[in-house]
Amino acid sequence: MASSTPVLSDRARARSGGTRPRRALTYRQRDAAAGYLFVAPQVLGVTAFVLVPLALVVYFSLHEWNVLGNKFTYVGVENFERFFTDPQIVPVMQATGVFSIGLVFFNLVIALLLAVMLNRSMAGITFFRTIFFSPVVVSLVAWTIVWGFLFQDNGGINGMLEVIGIEGPNWLREGPTAMISVIIVQVFKNVGLNMVLFLAALQGVPRELTEAATMDGANARRLFTRITIPLISPTILLTFIITIVGSLQVFAQIAVLTQGGPGISTTVLVYYLFQQAFLFGEFGYGSVLSIVLFVIVLILTVAQWQLRKRWVFYEN
Amino acid sequence: MKTNAATIAAPVVVRRIAKNQITVKRVLFYVALTVMAVPFILPTLWMISSSLKPIGEIFAFPPTLWSANPTLDGYVQAFELQPFVRQYFNSLYIALFVTAGTMFISSLAGYAFARIRFRGQNILFMIVLVGLLIPSEVTIVPLFQIFSGMGLINTHWPILLVSTFGAPSVLATFIMRQFFISLPIELEEAARLDGLGRFAIWWRIAMPLAKSALAAVAIFTFLAIWNLYLEPTVYLQSPELFTLPQALTRYADAYGGQLWNVQLAAATMTALPVLVVFVLAQKQFVEGLAQTGLKG
Repeated sequence: MASSTPVLSDRARARSGGTRPRRALTYRQRDAAAGYLFVAPQVLGVTAFVLVPLALVVYFSLHEWNVLGNKFTYVGVENFERFFTDPQIVPVMQATGVFSIGLVFFNLVIALLLAVMLNRSMAGITFFRTIFFSPVVVSLVAWTIVWGFLFQDNGGINGMLEVIGIEGPNWLREGPTAMISVIIVQVFKNVGLNMVLFLAALQGVPRELTEAATMDGANARRLFTRITIPLISPTILLTFIITIVGSLQVFAQIAVLTQGGPGISTTVLVYYLFQQAFLFGEFGYGSVLSIVLFVIVLILTVAQWQLRKRWVFYEN
Repeated sequence: MKTNAATIAAPVVVRRIAKNQITVKRVLFYVALTVMAVPFILPTLWMISSSLKPIGEIFAFPPTLWSANPTLDGYVQAFELQPFVRQYFNSLYIALFVTAGTMFISSLAGYAFARIRFRGQNILFMIVLVGLLIPSEVTIVPLFQIFSGMGLINTHWPILLVSTFGAPSVLATFIMRQFFISLPIELEEAARLDGLGRFAIWWRIAMPLAKSALAAVAIFTFLAIWNLYLEPTVYLQSPELFTLPQALTRYADAYGGQLWNVQLAAATMTALPVLVVFVLAQKQFVEGLAQTGLKG
């Protein structure tokens, strides 16, 4: 490309010089101008709707905004002090951690299991793939509402349990089962996406390797733990990080299923942020919680970069 | 396979046993898959079938998958209790507007970052990438205050603007850039020799080749906006401005009790069209959505 550019720019210069003698822009300059024009909407958009708000979050976190009195006052680090003394922070962080770890664990295990089962050509495999993927395209709130319906005390799940003689709990209204329910709803919603990523990775495992290992007497289990898992480890790490970052953003499911309850047992960080800022009008404190969320996501992203360098092999 | 004395001595018997074992294994495999499929498919089927049940039957015991007297009451009420047609239109036009806008903006930016050399390119690309790292929940508080200051709360503008120009479109730009980098450059050089300007090259040469990437961008953008919940909840207050996900949660009787059959009817109307399109264009959907998993 570089070698042909001067020729082109000469021609273009001659051309533009021929039609518009006043403008002495070279082809290269005009091309650069086009470049700026092309990226402008996106760059300006990200600046206005991501970078400026990000700076404002820090600014607002040092202020108190009284919505009713429309007063905006500087309070220094008061909102941060509140964060460290807020008795609800420990349970909120615990709920966030339990939800994220539970979700990531079940999501990855089920996704990998399904991918291994479906990674073969047999009649009906495509049909099953469609079924396992289908929740991904079902509207999130619709999916959540149906599960909420199934989890009612007299709902479908307890109905089915009663048929086989088990009395089910009031899933969404009792402490531990509420969190379990929220995790279940989210696991089945998005497992299909990770399943597809794992399937693609499994299909990238070279046949010669698995065949050679089988010849050497490796059984299915050893084959899986010693050959398959290491080879798809980049995908495992990637899905791990995406799923954990995604789990931190869970909002609709909590808002629809439990509203953070019972008590505050399912109040995860984003839901707490929403409550503080938009239900209680505590925008300054809400900004502090936004910063906390940002820092957690940042740490996870940097950790991913570091881990990729260190213990993931075979990445091309 | 190793050949040993047994297989030579009684090949037919062994083969028959082996064949039976394979059949049994196969049946067990399908049974396992079917059992595992239940939590994935049952909620959707349950949603559709329950939306057709009369209200008295909705919590009937033992649970029935199909009602003896199906009714459309839930569907009728969905339109009576809320401006559902309006809300459907809101969701549809917002999702289509943002999808079209994102396709346009991200293919322009993605093309420029992939093909055109200009000063400050790397810095500008870094700025765009920041949008990929920051979850939209982090900036919702200041964005609310900005739009509140502009008097745009309880309008669709915040959703339209932020979704089209802000963080959600960044992944699209990233994917378009990756795609254009992978395209062979010869065609474009030929077009340049013919005197085509950059805009013409982008629109007439590069874009027609980018259909698969554009389809992926269109699918994941549409679904993301169709499912948006936090933003509408924060920005919109009047029922006639609501989007579908918001509207679905607001079907309640006079005492605040949930009207399940109505809610499930509205949920079915929200989810079913997308599901049908998915079944028809599965390959594009799976490929498009898998792209959202490839960031990072």
